[in-house]
Amino acid sequence: MNLLEKLDAAAAARKAMLPDGVGAFGIPIEEVYSATEAKIGERRVLLLGTNNYLGLTFAPECIEAAHQALNHEGTGTTGSRMANGSYYGHRALEQEFADFYQCSAGIVFTTGYQANLGTISGLVGRGDTVLIDGDSHASIYDGCILSGAEIIRFKHNDMADMEKRLRRLGNRTETTLIIVEGIYSMLGDQAPLAEIVRLKNKYNCTLLLDEAHSLGVLGETGQGLVEKTGLLNEVDFITGTFSKSLCSIGGFCVSNHSQLDQLRFVSHPYIFTASPSPATIASTRAALALLKNGDNLRKQLWKNCSQLYERLKTAGYELGPEPGPVIAAILDNPKQALQIWQSLLEHNIYVNLILPPAAPDGKSLVRCSVNAAHTTEQMTYVGDTFAKLYQQILEH
Amino acid sequence: MNESNYDEIMQLLCDRLNSLTNSEATVTPETNLISELSIDSIKLLNLIMEIEDTFDISIPINALADVQTVDELAGLISRIKSTH
Repeated sequence: MNLLEKLDAAAAARKAMLPDGVGAFGIPIEEVYSATEAKIGERRVLLLGTNNYLGLTFAPECIEAAHQALNHEGTGTTGSRMANGSYYGHRALEQEFADFYQCSAGIVFTTGYQANLGTISGLVGRGDTVLIDGDSHASIYDGCILSGAEIIRFKHNDMADMEKRLRRLGNRTETTLIIVEGIYSMLGDQAPLAEIVRLKNKYNCTLLLDEAHSLGVLGETGQGLVEKTGLLNEVDFITGTFSKSLCSIGGFCVSNHSQLDQLRFVSHPYIFTASPSPATIASTRAALALLKNGDNLRKQLWKNCSQLYERLKTAGYELGPEPGPVIAAILDNPKQALQIWQSLLEHNIYVNLILPPAAPDGKSLVRCSVNAAHTTEQMTYVGDTFAKLYQQILEH
Repeated sequence: MNESNYDEIMQLLCDRLNSLTNSEATVTPETNLISELSIDSIKLLNLIMEIEDTFDISIPINALADVQTVDELAGLISRIKSTH
């Protein structure tokens, strides 16, 4: 089988799972009306398949800041910071992230994916070990692979399994990086951080926490799981993304370890890529200011999360273990999930469809992302539609 | 490689793979895990976790990239076990 035939085989496998005409992967969005509505085909649909948790995509402060940056600094930086230099906005945003997390330093990356890729591959290398949760995001897996370190997985959020693997590492724990996430993107559950910190200290490891889905969502000022648990000072490195609560694109790493700055010289995903555009940086800075003072947004977000989670649970769906901005209905097979997903779209509701092997334990997911801009009426409509489809599709 | 150790691992692998695949064909050291047994990646990862607990070892997932056959998997487990 040649290279192109291998791609044909992969395409055939995908087609077998998804019938012709179903564009579940990469659905075309013709027009975006607001943080909660868009046009798909000829339909005006409710958006529950985005990670716009604080609903800030149309915040006037962010749009104005981006306009100003476009006007004054142009459309792009046209190269890497190593070669083309660091703009004022890059440096200012790094300082603002460091201040936000009360850390000594921060680094901005061009995407959230690269933040994990660049941080992990800069921190560990051949001869080191990474101990990661089995449900880790692809950016964590890929960062680990790029690093050349030995990759050991523990069962998702299973602390007994994690400790077993730490014990097996023997004296190699000193060169082990534990990587966990604040909120996991598949089921929306949170890492048991207090127990992870206890084990990290017991076995003398280094801990990296990815707050991609928890930034802006958890904690009084939106720092994430570190703030909710009061464990900010126990985590060695925090990464995150701009593309969820901050509504732009990019990523960051903050730390109190002075060695963080060395990543700028060893991390290829930081060095060999164009730096974030001035408009991206400017809107992110404006969004970060809103996020810090976004107590009302978080209250509305959690009200929406609880409303939808409880409605789906009452309707009979199997869900992740706790409410949150990611609410995933767990279905036994891809056919059921596809039916629910398609029917939701016919009812003008856009959610995410996740099929094996991307979904955990061979299950299929219909995943909603709730945001602060959703109204109570919108949440009621979505919940009621899910309930109706449960009766129509799953009880037959 | 310790031969009895390898034999014990091979026996366990063959037994578990035979029960997982439910196929008529008998699993041998030369059997290709992916192309001949049609085990999906989730079942394979679950089997690996079971083996890890049986032998009290951790198998790095990047080491699995080089494993095609049952013999190669048994060899990998045996090597890791001997360093513990």
